[in-house]
Amino acid sequence: MGKLFAVILVVIALLSAIPIITHTWYGSGISLAPPEDVSTHGYQIDKQLDETMIEAGLSFLGAQFVLAFFVWQFAGRTQGPLKSFPGGAKGLVIAAFVLVGTEILALGLLGTKAWAAVYFQQASADALPVQVQAGQFAFYFRYPGPDGKFGGLHPEKIDEGNSNFFGLDPENDVASRDDIVVAGLTIPVNREIHLMMHAKDVGHSFYVPALRIQQDFVPGLDLNLHFTATKIGKYEVVCTQLCGLGHYNMKAYVEVLSQDDFDKWLKAQSQ
Amino acid sequence: MRAQRMWLALLAPLVIPALMFGGTISGKVTYTGTPAKQKPIDMGKEPSCAKQHATAVTTETVVTGPNNILENVVVYVSAGADDANAPAQAVTFTQKGCQYLPHVLAMHTGQELDVLNADQTSHNIHPLAKVNREWNKSQPPGSPPIKDKWDQPEFVEVKCNIHPWMHGWFAVMKTNHYSVTGDNGSFSLPNLPPGKYTITAWHESYGTKTADVTITGTETKTIDFSFTAKPY
Repeated sequence: MGKLFAVILVVIALLSAIPIITHTWYGSGISLAPPEDVSTHGYQIDKQLDETMIEAGLSFLGAQFVLAFFVWQFAGRTQGPLKSFPGGAKGLVIAAFVLVGTEILALGLLGTKAWAAVYFQQASADALPVQVQAGQFAFYFRYPGPDGKFGGLHPEKIDEGNSNFFGLDPENDVASRDDIVVAGLTIPVNREIHLMMHAKDVGHSFYVPALRIQQDFVPGLDLNLHFTATKIGKYEVVCTQLCGLGHYNMKAYVEVLSQDDFDKWLKAQSQ
Repeated sequence: MRAQRMWLALLAPLVIPALMFGGTISGKVTYTGTPAKQKPIDMGKEPSCAKQHATAVTTETVVTGPNNILENVVVYVSAGADDANAPAQAVTFTQKGCQYLPHVLAMHTGQELDVLNADQTSHNIHPLAKVNREWNKSQPPGSPPIKDKWDQPEFVEVKCNIHPWMHGWFAVMKTNHYSVTGDNGSFSLPNLPPGKYTITAWHESYGTKTADVTITGTETKTIDFSFTAKPY
C-alpha cells in the first residue's frame, strides 16, 4: 500500500511536469507559452522566468522523488528506531531556512538586472512620450500633437460624451488644442516609447504580454514605463487588476507601425 | 329664439373643433456661429460593435444639419399644459452598435421606459439622475428589456458603465406636449387649447431658451429658436 503510494507520487509529479516543460496541454495543441517577445528588454524577463521555472521545477521533482524514495523504502515497516533529522526540529528549521532562503535570494539577485533596466532607468530624452489614462473601463492614450506639448489636465472638465476623457481645456489652454487622444496605442517600431501613466478612478493594471511590460496603477500616482518594440504588428493590452464590473471588458491594442506609417498616422490624427 | 339657434348651429362647427383640435405651435431650431467639431469614436475595445460601423461614428453632443439647423433639441410646453397622466404606450431606448438610439429620448413622468440591448456584448446603463433616483443595471446580450419609470421631471444624462463613449439623454417631462427636432430642425406642438403657454427649447450643450405664446383658437403660431454655438 505504501509502495503504491510512492509510485503514485512519482507519476503525479511527472505528469504535472510534462505540460509545463512542453508548454502544451496534453493533445490539445493549446500553447501555454507566452506570446512571442517583441521588445528589446523582454529576453531578460523570459530568461528570468525560465531560470525560475527550471530551478523550482528541479526542486519540486527532487523533493517528490526523495519523498517517494523514503516512502518506498520504509513503507510497512513496523519495527526499528525512528530516525530523526540531524539536529532535530531546530536543525530542520535551520536547514530549510538556509536552503530556501538561498534559493529565493539567488533568484532575486539574478533578476535585479532585468527589473532595474525597466524600472530604475529613466526613459532616454528622445523617447516618444505618450500619456496613458486607465479608467473604468477603457484605456485612453494622449500624444502631444504638433506643438510637442501636453496640455494641462483638469479632472473637473472630464466629459466622456464629448470624448474629453483626459479633462482638457482647449478653450483656455492653447497647448491642449492639438493634443491627440485615441483609444489605441499606436507607436513606431524600433523607437523608445516613454509611457506616462495614471489612473482616473480606481486601481488598474496595464499589461502587454507581447512587450513583456506590466504596471499596476494606484490612483494618485504618476507612473513611468519605457520600452522599445521590435516587430510591426497588433498586440493586446489587458487590464490585470480587478477594477469593477467591466474589468473583463477592459482592453486596448498596441499597433506597432513602421516609422513612415506612424508619421502618416500621426499627421492624419491632427486633421 | 329660432335666430339664436341658427347662429348656434352656424358657430358650433367653428368652436367645437377649436376645443377638440386646438392650436399648434411650430417652428425651427437653428444655431449661429461655429459649433465644436464632433470627434470620431474609437470602439477598438469592443470589436463586435466596431465592425457594425463602416465609418467611425462621432460624438453627438451637437448634431447639426443643412441651413444651420440643430437636431436633438427638446421643445416642450414648460408652463400651461401640464398633463397629469402619462401615455400608456412605453418608450424605447435601444443599445445598438454600442450607441444609444435615439440619442435624446423624451417621455412623460410615470411613462414606461423600455431599455433594449440589441448588441452581442453586455451593457450597463447608468442614468445619472440627480432629482430622480440614480441607478445602473447590467444587461447581457439576449436579456429582456429593462423596464423603469421616472417620478420627477428632469433631463437625465445617460452613460454606459462599460463603454465610456456611450452617451444619451432622457427628457422626462410633466407634459405630453413635446417634440424633439430631427434632421430638418423643426418641431411641432399640436392640440393646444386656447390659453397662455411658455415653450422651452432645451439643447444638451447650449442650454435652454424660452418663449411665451398665446393660443386663441386653431391657429398655428410659428416660433423659431436660435442658439449660439460654442467653438469648444
